[in-house]
Amino acid sequence: MPFERMNDPLPPTTMRLKNSKEFLPVSEPTTTTIDINGHACRVWTKGSGPKIGWLAGFGGLPRWTPFLDELAKTRTVIAPSLPGHPGATGHNLLDSHLDWIVAARQVIVKSGLEGEDIAGSSVGGSFVAEFAALWPHKVKRIAMIAPWGLFDEKDPATDVWAQRPDDQPGVLCANPQIWQDFKAVPPGANSVEWPIEQIRASEAAARVFWPLGNTKIEKRLPLILAPTLLLWGEQDRVMPRSYADTMAKLIEGKTTIKTVPGAGHLADLDQPAATAKAILEFMS
Amino acid sequence: MKLMWFHLMPYTELPDDFKQKHPSVWVDIHSSLFDPKRAHHMYNDFMDEMEFAAEVGFDAVCCNEHHSNGYGLMPSPNLIASALARRTTDTAICVMGNSLALYNPPTRVAEEFAMIDCISGGRLIAGFPVGSPMDTCYAYGQNPSMLRERYLEAHDLVMRAWTEKETFAFNGRFNQQRYVNIWPRPIQSDPHPPVWVPGGGSVETWRWCAEMDYVYCYLSYYGYKTGLGVMKGFWEEMDKLGKDRNPFRAGFLQFVGVAESRSEALERYAEAAEYFYGRCLHIDPKFAQPPGYVTEATQRVGLQSQVVKAASYQEKFKKRPTTMKEIVDDGYVIVGNPDDVVEQLREVAVNMNVGNLMMLLQYGNMSKDLTKYNTKLFADKVMPKLKPLFSEWEHKWWPKPMQRQARAELPAFSPRVEAAE
Repeated sequence: MPFERMNDPLPPTTMRLKNSKEFLPVSEPTTTTIDINGHACRVWTKGSGPKIGWLAGFGGLPRWTPFLDELAKTRTVIAPSLPGHPGATGHNLLDSHLDWIVAARQVIVKSGLEGEDIAGSSVGGSFVAEFAALWPHKVKRIAMIAPWGLFDEKDPATDVWAQRPDDQPGVLCANPQIWQDFKAVPPGANSVEWPIEQIRASEAAARVFWPLGNTKIEKRLPLILAPTLLLWGEQDRVMPRSYADTMAKLIEGKTTIKTVPGAGHLADLDQPAATAKAILEFMS
Repeated sequence: MKLMWFHLMPYTELPDDFKQKHPSVWVDIHSSLFDPKRAHHMYNDFMDEMEFAAEVGFDAVCCNEHHSNGYGLMPSPNLIASALARRTTDTAICVMGNSLALYNPPTRVAEEFAMIDCISGGRLIAGFPVGSPMDTCYAYGQNPSMLRERYLEAHDLVMRAWTEKETFAFNGRFNQQRYVNIWPRPIQSDPHPPVWVPGGGSVETWRWCAEMDYVYCYLSYYGYKTGLGVMKGFWEEMDKLGKDRNPFRAGFLQFVGVAESRSEALERYAEAAEYFYGRCLHIDPKFAQPPGYVTEATQRVGLQSQVVKAASYQEKFKKRPTTMKEIVDDGYVIVGNPDDVVEQLREVAVNMNVGNLMMLLQYGNMSKDLTKYNTKLFADKVMPKLKPLFSEWEHKWWPKPMQRQARAELPAFSPRVEAAE
């Protein structure tokens, strides 16, 4: 059972489970846009209290999530979309990793997150690390869930782009149904454009990270000075747990590693409450 | 019409239980299945077959590029084309083709194609495929999000390298070269060797071929029944763009098995066809859809149109027939006596309005003897009846070689004299 969680008092929280009446209503954030290289990128904001930025993981944010609601209970959550991810275009202007880092910096600065706490997952987590490394005095604290950027031949990361369609949800989430629901066309959405938007998010990630996910981030991790939380889904099938240790050793700032029981690669989707709790405690 | 002889060069000794024990014929096919000493014989048989096809009068011999592939042993088709240039005289040499984005720098393609054109006396057809996802994104690790942009830029670079007279600097988005000045230059310089583009049914490729005045080739293993819908879409697009319906604008690939009777053909070619459709097309669907490989415009059309959907890579991975009866019933392989085959191919060519038919007369584990039989019978009894088709149209995309008498005399090949032992 993907929802069984060892030694964890929190009940499982889901967005919407098919074949189940369990449903946690998720209210809408406010939407604004910022301009990145002439393309509009969506920024979702919700909550009150000190700001916390969120750069989403593989697949972006096609919809607001229970995890972000958890954060928004005590913080002002600002979740901008990176180019090519749901709510944003312009990924195909970015040809090099430097182009991407500059774009991510613009996203962070223009959405008002300079000098704030910033968290991110997988793809987004990698850019949180890059920003914190290159502009070390422009972040307060960072939290990253299984960020991309390393590749170890002896313990290779999984190729998320070479998965049979039925296998991909289970590679990304401990509970595959959560990924399927996350990506399902909502009632009233454009049935042609929605799937294209989801493929575009995968393409945008591929544009940066194809083929191995290796951006040689190990060269820049020592530049990170901010206190850092590294979170890893206990059942992460994409990024090996050993990468957390490698990263922690390289990061200059004080670094804490925590694992999230019952979670796969996208721990914020699998275990929203536990993941949010870990981040909030670290950033309190 | 033009009848061209196409070789995929399949590895002919994949085990009987290949499909059960191995996940894919492509990308991660296991090296233990490859015996280089057996491949020595395969390559030599295949090249004998291509030379034989040229001898018996096919208009062209065709080869193509695949990587990490158990049914296509030509990572470098240019090597094969180069050998053919020396061992054939009047047949066009169609390299179908070089996947432009895989060459760094792409001027390598301009150079090697120019070499083949020079060696052959101007007989080259230059094929420029984007390349399959398996070849380009997985086996060669190219970024699917940039593949087409790189392809188009590489194309522009090759064209300029072929046609500009002065050394120039190329300041591209992905390629930068201070001194572009290829030696040799192609013989076909008015303005350049004919360019043919194999495509899978993408609307952008149709439009681009029309704009550039290139031949579009639909190379499918699934025969004319699938191809009809795609070619219908192609011609409708040509109409929209104000292009004529000259059938030589288009090429199509078709498997054929000809014998003295239909029943004999079914019997003779069943093993090879079932080997091909059973083992050679056993491709792991996880390699089907690298994101960005299919453009958003084509995705959009695909989500709205069955025609384009039929040509999509996703469709290619659905369960397909693997028994001879189904393979023939579905039109993947055309079989029959010579007259049957003439009639079927005439129907294919006319209905699809395709003037360049690329015949696959060797497939799967077909032996050299059977391949030669198929090829000879086709050349003697099928080809003459099809050749006059479309004679009212001018073929503007065929090689223009040097005059025969101006070309180098090729010495007779004497293996016994030259052999080291």
